[in-house]
Amino acid sequence: MNARSLVLTLLACSSFAALEGCRRKVTPAATPVPAGVDAAAAQRRADAQAAEAAQRRADSIAAANAAASRDAAGDRQAQLDMGNILAQRVYFDYDRDQLRDDGAAVLDAKSAVLQANPSITLVVTGHTDERGTAEYNLALGQRRAATVKRYMTGKGVAENRVSTQSLGDSQPASSGGDESAYQQNRRAEFEVRGASGILVRTRD
Amino acid sequence: MHLPFFRVLAAVLVAAPSLVVAQDTTSRGVRIGLTYDPGTKPGVVVLPVSTALGDSVAAIVSRDLDLGDRITVIPLDASASRAVARAGAPNWSLLAQLGAAAAIQVTPTPSGLHLAVYNVATRQTALIRDYVAPPASSVRAWRSAVHGLSDELEQSLTGTRGISRTRVLFTRGGRLWLIDSDGHGESPLAGAVTPGSAAWHPNGRTITYSTYVPSQIVVQDIGGRGRTVASGRGVFISPVFTPDGASVVYAHGEDDGVDLYSVPASGGAARRLSVGRGSDNVSPSFSPDGRRIAFMSGRAGHPEIYTMDADGTNVDLLTPLDVGESAYRASPDWSSDGRLVAFQSRIDGQFQLLTVGLRDRALKQLTSDGSNDDPSWAPDARHLVFVSNRSGTRQLWVIDAESGRARQLTRGASVRLPSWSPRLGEP
Repeated sequence: MNARSLVLTLLACSSFAALEGCRRKVTPAATPVPAGVDAAAAQRRADAQAAEAAQRRADSIAAANAAASRDAAGDRQAQLDMGNILAQRVYFDYDRDQLRDDGAAVLDAKSAVLQANPSITLVVTGHTDERGTAEYNLALGQRRAATVKRYMTGKGVAENRVSTQSLGDSQPASSGGDESAYQQNRRAEFEVRGASGILVRTRD
Repeated sequence: MHLPFFRVLAAVLVAAPSLVVAQDTTSRGVRIGLTYDPGTKPGVVVLPVSTALGDSVAAIVSRDLDLGDRITVIPLDASASRAVARAGAPNWSLLAQLGAAAAIQVTPTPSGLHLAVYNVATRQTALIRDYVAPPASSVRAWRSAVHGLSDELEQSLTGTRGISRTRVLFTRGGRLWLIDSDGHGESPLAGAVTPGSAAWHPNGRTITYSTYVPSQIVVQDIGGRGRTVASGRGVFISPVFTPDGASVVYAHGEDDGVDLYSVPASGGAARRLSVGRGSDNVSPSFSPDGRRIAFMSGRAGHPEIYTMDADGTNVDLLTPLDVGESAYRASPDWSSDGRLVAFQSRIDGQFQLLTVGLRDRALKQLTSDGSNDDPSWAPDARHLVFVSNRSGTRQLWVIDAESGRARQLTRGASVRLPSWSPRLGEP
């Protein structure tokens, strides 16, 4: 159990205690014994009530613990998701620097994560496939990175939080010489800087 | 038919000193008057020399003359080899029978090399020169001295100085490499890591290159340390020296296209030259007089070759505009005689090398085998080094733009971005 989920568990327990307090107010714990009623029967009833209360209490703790655990898992998943969103590559068509719809969707998600986490900056690196000249490909990679930056600043990300560079065709993601390899290589890659620990969730 | 030029040669000889240092023996201003005709290459026999060192000198000179593509080196079989060089004088009748216009003999001496050129038609000695050369144990310096002799010899025979004493810079495996123009002496250059393209200073001792990581333009003496003359965010690529060597012109861009800039070679403030308005403008190459720059621009929607004045004005499309997005022309290199710009153009999905005439805009296709990139002219404005995948991997090849004769220069791990040096002095 990490520190965060421990905090969540403690929070859950303290809210349970508060609920208990409320319940006690609406349901008086010490029922006055009517005159002439069998004292033993009264004792059995009180015992049963106490057992029922204990069971409710145990059930509540279990439920709260389960909820806290679900939250922690969900939070871990959210962290992973946001990390993946930030790292997700954007792909381009041959000799093009225009964003495709799939790329725009990826950048929409990234922009939301950046806006929820103002300390993060991104370095965008443009890449190309091996066709064409090395020098032109460096320029083309730079244009792809610039397209990505332009789109994200258009989504409200501050201009100084996205920097651009190009490696042209010098670092292919796939070494193959066919179209599927070329498609893997025509991409923008993202390096996250300034992320210290936990990312703040985006508002859905 | 070669008599006139040998007569001139003999006349020149009268003024030639008997012992000269290799680098300054050129008879300046003397031209044989032989205009090159692709169909006519004077036949030359390189006479054998009996020592082992003599053998290797003869082999180097023969190869140099052969690779120059202006002279036919007549091969000798073993018996002709024995018969052709009699003690005392050449075997004139055998030389004439072999079709030689001249015979050449290079003999190692204690201080260097002794060159004798014989005119077969007149049966006379046409040229005698002595060259100082370092000991053969200093392989690179010694080979360079032999190349220097070959290049002068070619000038004497054809009127055009040879190019065997030159080197080619290129990239391989994230390093810069050098190779002699005859394929010897291949070695990595210290200092340059993750290099892009490189280019030579006119002094032949200094180069400029870009690196990807960090993104910068570097000026470096060969064998020395590099100094950064431009760097920052975005790309810094395709640097070249101005023909006077005073400045470096390169391409830089970050978020709004890539444009050409000029910076003093010693460092200083950069000045923007091209106005690409968001397009890519890379790969500058100067006209030899330094007045115009050929470059590649994507301003028309696809890469084409343009020229502009050195200050960025008077932009002109050099290659005939192909309508349609499949056109892709790049990597211009201006020949040292100013007549042609070599470039690559996509034809049927592969890149081929072409030249375009500055005066008449006439196109000539030089290659058709494999995909061919990044041409760089030799200082004779006739040969080009380029990258081709015709052997299966990207290797350097040299082609004679006149005859189309091609040879493979590198083997081994794949290479890119060659740059042919100017004519070099002593190493």
